[in-house]
Amino acid sequence: MSPSTLFHPRDGFPESDAEPHDSAIYREISTTSRPRAGSHLKLDCIAKRFGELAVLDRLDLEIPSGQLVAIVGRSGCGKSTLLKLIAGLETLGSGQLSTDGQPLSAHRDDTRLMFQEARLLPWKHVLDNVGLGLAGEWRPRALAALREVGLENKAAMWPAQLSGGQRQRVALARALIHQPRLLLLDEPLGALDALTRLEMHALIEKLWQRHAFTLLLVTHDVAEAVQLADRVIVLEDGRIGLDLTIPLPRPREPASPGLSALETRILHRVLGRSEPDDDEASPHASRTPTP
Amino acid sequence: MSPARRRTLDRWLPWLVPLLIVLFWQWLVSDGWIASRLLPTPLSVFEAGWRLSASGELPHHLLISFQRAALGFLIGASIGLLLGTLSGLSWWGEKLLDSSVQMVRNVPHLALIPMVILWFGIDETAKIFLVALGTAFPIYLNTFHGIRGIDADLMEMARSYGLSGRALFTHVVLPGAMPSILVGVRYSLGLMWLTLIVAETISASSGIGYLAMNAREFLQTDVVVLTIVLYAILGKLADESARFLERRWLRWNPAYRGGQVQ
Repeated sequence: MSPSTLFHPRDGFPESDAEPHDSAIYREISTTSRPRAGSHLKLDCIAKRFGELAVLDRLDLEIPSGQLVAIVGRSGCGKSTLLKLIAGLETLGSGQLSTDGQPLSAHRDDTRLMFQEARLLPWKHVLDNVGLGLAGEWRPRALAALREVGLENKAAMWPAQLSGGQRQRVALARALIHQPRLLLLDEPLGALDALTRLEMHALIEKLWQRHAFTLLLVTHDVAEAVQLADRVIVLEDGRIGLDLTIPLPRPREPASPGLSALETRILHRVLGRSEPDDDEASPHASRTPTP
Repeated sequence: MSPARRRTLDRWLPWLVPLLIVLFWQWLVSDGWIASRLLPTPLSVFEAGWRLSASGELPHHLLISFQRAALGFLIGASIGLLLGTLSGLSWWGEKLLDSSVQMVRNVPHLALIPMVILWFGIDETAKIFLVALGTAFPIYLNTFHGIRGIDADLMEMARSYGLSGRALFTHVVLPGAMPSILVGVRYSLGLMWLTLIVAETISASSGIGYLAMNAREFLQTDVVVLTIVLYAILGKLADESARFLERRWLRWNPAYRGGQVQ
């Protein structure tokens, strides 16, 4: 079974009349063709120092398969370092990283990281950027991945000819083509304008629902975190300051009262003000989320 | 300005100043401001060119010079690219190679001519050796700096996508260093003619340099000036071919697309 079925249910099942964007059918097909649920990620007592500075301090975190988790915090709270550790771009100081009970390093290919900048190779056409590092018949798959982010018609363009938001979507397609079970987003929307961000939110949510990967989003923007995530984690001084489940149903209206209340609460925490109703036992308390 | 008119200007305007200079030169000499014994008129230079072309002499020397230049450049450029890549990519390469290359680079290679004649005699090898030596360094330097200047973020991204070794080199390192390498190529092509002409002037029995030396012996100033004009044209052609490569290989870069900075 060709892996492209994950992008194209129709390709694999020509007799199917399924609506291509119907996520339920989509999942059914992709699980029958290939059981690829999101990674179940477990971080045990993770620590990382840069010289004297402890960036991450004995951090414990468990993320169930398929959860969308947002990590927020002030600059320098260690959130980007955490993501790079999980992506294997930094070496671990101490502690253990595992997915599905096995060391994470054994599942490197299942993990993809999207950076703050799109980081497209400017000398490759959009399509070749999406297919970076692939061998064999990857072109149809790359086109399918571009179709998923709505940029199929830009395949033959140079990255320099795209807008910032389009570049990030190409980067997203480049990550998706590897069918990650764990997708890491390192403030990928930070440089985009407000409207483009809203579009990207919808796109990321749609793709996450369709492909059922585990998604870890690092962001500065608390509103974005609350809008997208199942669960928001506030990092403080290399530890988990707050671990909050967002129980609101999807799709969520931006700036609805429910979201705003949660956003205010998280903002208070990030800014270090005392919360109006402080129900956290201690800064290190890690509440188990209720998925 | 309409696009068609713009294109016409783009093509012909750069030739306006050279043309005016030639006309002025013709006027200076034919009106007697400069003795034609000291400087031949453009017209007589053109006649000399016609005469030598008709006799087959000029094409013969031109071809030989071109072959020497091309072969020497090919060898020199390959060596420069190889060494530049080695020191650009590895710490060991830089430590072992760079200072030696920098030392040799600063030796005026024309100072080597006595030794080169001693080693290779005065046949083809000596000239090709000198051209190779002259063209290797600009390409070495620019390859080295091009590779070192590659965006570390792109390298990190490529590694995180599983690229390494050869794939990393062909997909990221080489194209990333290419703008800089082509600057080296452009520079080398200029040096290529410079070195070759000097090498041919000193010891040769064919080539444009020989043609110039021979004409000097017989006080044929028109032929001497003809060879000088030929150098200018050859230099321009070399530069054009480098720019052609830039337009072709750096299409992705908006600065090289369509020949104007956007």
